[in-house]
Amino acid sequence: MDERSRLLGRQPVLVVRAAILRAVRAYFEGQGFVEVETPSRVYAPGQEIHLDAIPAGRDRRGERFLITSPEYHMKRLVASGLPRIVQFCRCFRAEEAGPFHQPEFTMIEWYRANGTMGELMQDCEALVEAAARVAGTWPCADVPATRRGSHGAEAMPLGGGFQRTTVRELLRQHAGIQLRGDETEAEMRALAASAGCQVTADAAWDDCFYQVFLDRIEPHLGSSRPTFVSDWPLPLAALARRKPGELLTAERFELYAAGIELANAFGELTDSVEQRRRFEEESAIRGARGKTVYPLDEQLLGALEHMPPTCGIALGFDRLVMLVTGAATIRDVVAFGDDEV
Amino acid sequence: MASYDTSDIRKGLKVMLDGAPYTVVEFQFVKPGKGAAFTRTKLKNLLTGGVIDRNLRSGEKLEPANVETKSMQYLYKEGDSYVFMDTSTYDQVHIPDETIGDDSKFMPEQIVVEVLFFNDRAVGVTLPNFIEQKVMATEPGFRGDTATGVTKPATISTGAQVPVPLFINEGDTIKIDTRTGDYLERVGRA
Repeated sequence: MDERSRLLGRQPVLVVRAAILRAVRAYFEGQGFVEVETPSRVYAPGQEIHLDAIPAGRDRRGERFLITSPEYHMKRLVASGLPRIVQFCRCFRAEEAGPFHQPEFTMIEWYRANGTMGELMQDCEALVEAAARVAGTWPCADVPATRRGSHGAEAMPLGGGFQRTTVRELLRQHAGIQLRGDETEAEMRALAASAGCQVTADAAWDDCFYQVFLDRIEPHLGSSRPTFVSDWPLPLAALARRKPGELLTAERFELYAAGIELANAFGELTDSVEQRRRFEEESAIRGARGKTVYPLDEQLLGALEHMPPTCGIALGFDRLVMLVTGAATIRDVVAFGDDEV
Repeated sequence: MASYDTSDIRKGLKVMLDGAPYTVVEFQFVKPGKGAAFTRTKLKNLLTGGVIDRNLRSGEKLEPANVETKSMQYLYKEGDSYVFMDTSTYDQVHIPDETIGDDSKFMPEQIVVEVLFFNDRAVGVTLPNFIEQKVMATEPGFRGDTATGVTKPATISTGAQVPVPLFINEGDTIKIDTRTGDYLERVGRA
């Protein structure tokens, strides 16, 4: 198909996409958020082991990279005293391309200083409702066959509140595993094997976890209604703080709906000593695996010292549009996919 | 042979899993937000035809399956085996009864089939989807009888019986779908 007819075919979804963005902006405005813009070309794009940044030139201070998420700079803003901020921005992740992935995509990221995880969940429910109303799919969106889980429905109820469950509950229910969170890597490999999942001898803790997650849990996840998955085991805390009163659980949730991982939220870690320790650990693992080791964001670590308790979340805007328009792939909801540039 | 990486995965790639040769039917990039990338893969067992799902973590190594297919002509049956000839090298191989199985029903002499070799041993044959065969024996047909849905058995040279419409006569040539064993049409008259 030539480009003109392809774009002509995509016009309706682009119009809906723009209207959804307006509705999302209106929601945040109504909630008293300040919309901010932070840099795209940074020195410290994030230490996460499984995210690779795209290089963006070099200057006297060092090499720059495109952001994989706006998290660090937004937290620096929160720490400066802006309690509610939201950003709509492009993020870039090297070598991610698939039905739900594009190397360049749109993120909605927001923070609530002194807010709760429950408030972030309410935000998610409200945003999905607002988007679905604009798309004309409230309270029930179509789910294309290619996106259905094994229990999949042809339509996904979006109204009536989302389901709430925990990581450990899902593991118990679908994989027959009792996970504490302090297992050794060898114990994790044995647990994965006991659930009938094949893991290699060099599989790390989180590799074993995600093998079980993809093999046993994801097919069931959010297939009857959107689902919040909370209480992640501490080794998967990333930038989340420990849940008060619990040793091995992080304050983190993910939102899944009809085969799509829509959002990830943290009760943000504001202990700069602990954050530095985690960054250094992740840097060491990146180095050991032959990946680029990025510098630590010292300004972020400094800002954490005076950051209030904060909850923050990132939601994939393209995936939100996919969900409420019943699109099968992320390319269906953008004007130009990565291979159409 | 060098091993494959998950980034080599593509449709039709033949790999070893749990000691058996598989071919990739479908694959998809998946990645949990905070986890490693995986390739969600659907694979077909080349020996049994069974299809399995496997999520392969990025960087996992896969051993290539030592399989190849050759076009070979079926010559004749000898004892408990069938004799095939490579149409390009004229090499002959014997393939035992149990490997051919039910496929022998639609494997007349001289037919060219695809023979699958695994570790240089013939492990299966794939017939052409359609064959044309002369009817060796059937009840006499009735001229003009084209009633649909009513069939009678017709025997072909391999001894297989195919349900055919009543108007088919001995000596007619018919087209058969080897995957279903169904009569499709009459392509020549006695």
